Amino acid sequence: MQRQYEDKTALAEKAKEKPATFGGDIDLDTFSPETREHPYQDDPSAFSDVEREQMLKAGIDLTGKNRAGTFVQKDLSVVHCNTSQEGMEILDINQAREKYGWLKDYWWKAVPVDMDKYTSRAELHQEHGYFIRSLPGTRSIYPIQACLYLGEDNLAQDVHNIIVAEEGSELHIITGCATAPHVKSGLHVGISEFYIKKNAKLTFTMIHNWAENLVVRPRSATIVEEGGLFLSNYICMQPVATLQMYPVTHLVGEGSTARYNSILIATPGSELDVGSRVLLKAKNTRAEIIARAITTGGKIIARGHIKGEAPGIKAHLECKGLILSDEGVIHAIPELEGYRQDVDLSHEAAVGKIAREEVEYLMARGLSEEKATATIVRGFLNVDIEGLPPELKGEMDKAVAISEESLL
Amino acid sequence: MLKIEDLRVEVAGKEILRHVDLEINPGETHVLFGPNGSGKTTLLMTIMGFPGYEITGGRIVFKEKELNDLPLNERASLGIGLSFQRPPTIKGVKMRQMLEICGKEAEKVDTMAQALNFNDFLDRDLNDGFSGGEIKRSELLQLMAQNPDFLLLDEPESGVDLENIALIGKTIERLLEREIKPREGKSQKELKRERKKSGLIITHTGYILDYLDADIGHVLMDGVLCCSGNYRELFKCIKEQGYNECVKCAV
Repeated sequence: MQRQYEDKTALAEKAKEKPATFGGDIDLDTFSPETREHPYQDDPSAFSDVEREQMLKAGIDLTGKNRAGTFVQKDLSVVHCNTSQEGMEILDINQAREKYGWLKDYWWKAVPVDMDKYTSRAELHQEHGYFIRSLPGTRSIYPIQACLYLGEDNLAQDVHNIIVAEEGSELHIITGCATAPHVKSGLHVGISEFYIKKNAKLTFTMIHNWAENLVVRPRSATIVEEGGLFLSNYICMQPVATLQMYPVTHLVGEGSTARYNSILIATPGSELDVGSRVLLKAKNTRAEIIARAITTGGKIIARGHIKGEAPGIKAHLECKGLILSDEGVIHAIPELEGYRQDVDLSHEAAVGKIAREEVEYLMARGLSEEKATATIVRGFLNVDIEGLPPELKGEMDKAVAISEESLL
Repeated sequence: MLKIEDLRVEVAGKEILRHVDLEINPGETHVLFGPNGSGKTTLLMTIMGFPGYEITGGRIVFKEKELNDLPLNERASLGIGLSFQRPPTIKGVKMRQMLEICGKEAEKVDTMAQALNFNDFLDRDLNDGFSGGEIKRSELLQLMAQNPDFLLLDEPESGVDLENIALIGKTIERLLEREIKPREGKSQKELKRERKKSGLIITHTGYILDYLDADIGHVLMDGVLCCSGNYRELFKCIKEQGYNECVKCAV
């Protein structure tokens, strides 16, 4: 077992200097790799008001109301971890590795450890992260929430998460990333590997609430088996210096499905290079990638890639962008690749300003120009997500609403 | 209610309305005829206040207030409502939400939708994939919620199937307070005298007139209101002689 882990570390060593394919190159040595330990809190209400409020903006409700479990990592310490529903497991990933020998078969199996310098760093500097698993046939009614919080300025946080939805189970997760108000800069590298077994369903809603000078480099990948469903929702509406990610899903089981929804807002000074990729490798698989991007002055590169390698597959890619400032840039890069006659792949992309006739239509019903514009922007961000439970839809709407206030 | 004096309007630098005088009193419904391109829609859009319809002369007065420089939304607040010919689709904004915007009475939305068989559309994106007839019903439903004192209707019957045209006609009749409905203690004559709602309706086919009575008709030719009078008489003449007859008067 140890051998397998050591092999990964050796590979990571070799990729230490390997630049990423996309996104600006980051000098990782400018961030501090260490900080003090934070004490574990049995009672989540012991967190400060400021922390609770910051987390709430990222969808993390520390009262635990309507949640099946909670994991909180602050800087490099796991400060809270509990679960209230049978069949749902949440552990510090380090503990999980000790507890389950088989976890080695999931460690860097979806994301290559030597992909780039960030995956390498996550292996060599990894400090915790979470392990979440739903046991076979179990169904989570409420979502499990996991929060990665940065409380120290200029710190590098490198975490590794593994999520397993066992056969026939249903698992809902909300992950919120947030910073303390005084934190201005820092680095977050998060590895997330998702494994969705036969006929299992996983919805993963990630809300990012970073700070202006933060560098964010998540690396995620998902493997979906026969009949499985992966639903990923990503919301990033607050300022961030640079964020680059391009999660990939491998649909390896017949009839499996992946859906990605992203809501991106780039404020002045923010640079978001975000994409979603689905590789349809098995018969009758389905994929949908939807992105809504708004710039109020920042730069967004919205990527999307669908690759159809098996018969009977159907996939669609959609990117819509609104430019609300002449300083802003939206660059949509959709890619479709088909390797079979009977694949059905399509994409739709549109980038522009708010249509004048839509504003006038609402004004003719009595709304002022500002209110009409706000209503259209709100509608633009209101994506109907098929298969998302109402409670999660509510959380997403809440997160969007909070950010809209500062946007409009 | 509405008074237009010597109105001249340009669209993209081209003069479309050259001379329009029109007065519509409270409770009156007027019908506007005219060939394609004569400026009928321009007149409605100018009254509503769309940018792009530039008033180069004359004035529009509504409820004793000059409208010339008022933005769209303020005219809507004063009580002017328009049914769009080709309204835009607004993604993510639901029909229900739009009705709440129009009327600010969320609880009445379902009842109102029922009157137009439109309940199934309440949770759909506004105008998204609506057929021609559905657009008309959607527009009238919005006007029902908005409850304006003065209605601007641009070909309310176009694209509507026979089954729905009666429904559209009845709804407009109701919006204009023109239904004949026995009311205790009041004669129809009294009700008519109390009627406040007015309207200006463009029609090409005249079908809508099978379901709705009006008061006065006008013919717009080449940017000039060249003829006014009994709307049924006018329509009959146009039906039989075409607008050629009107050309004689529009000099």
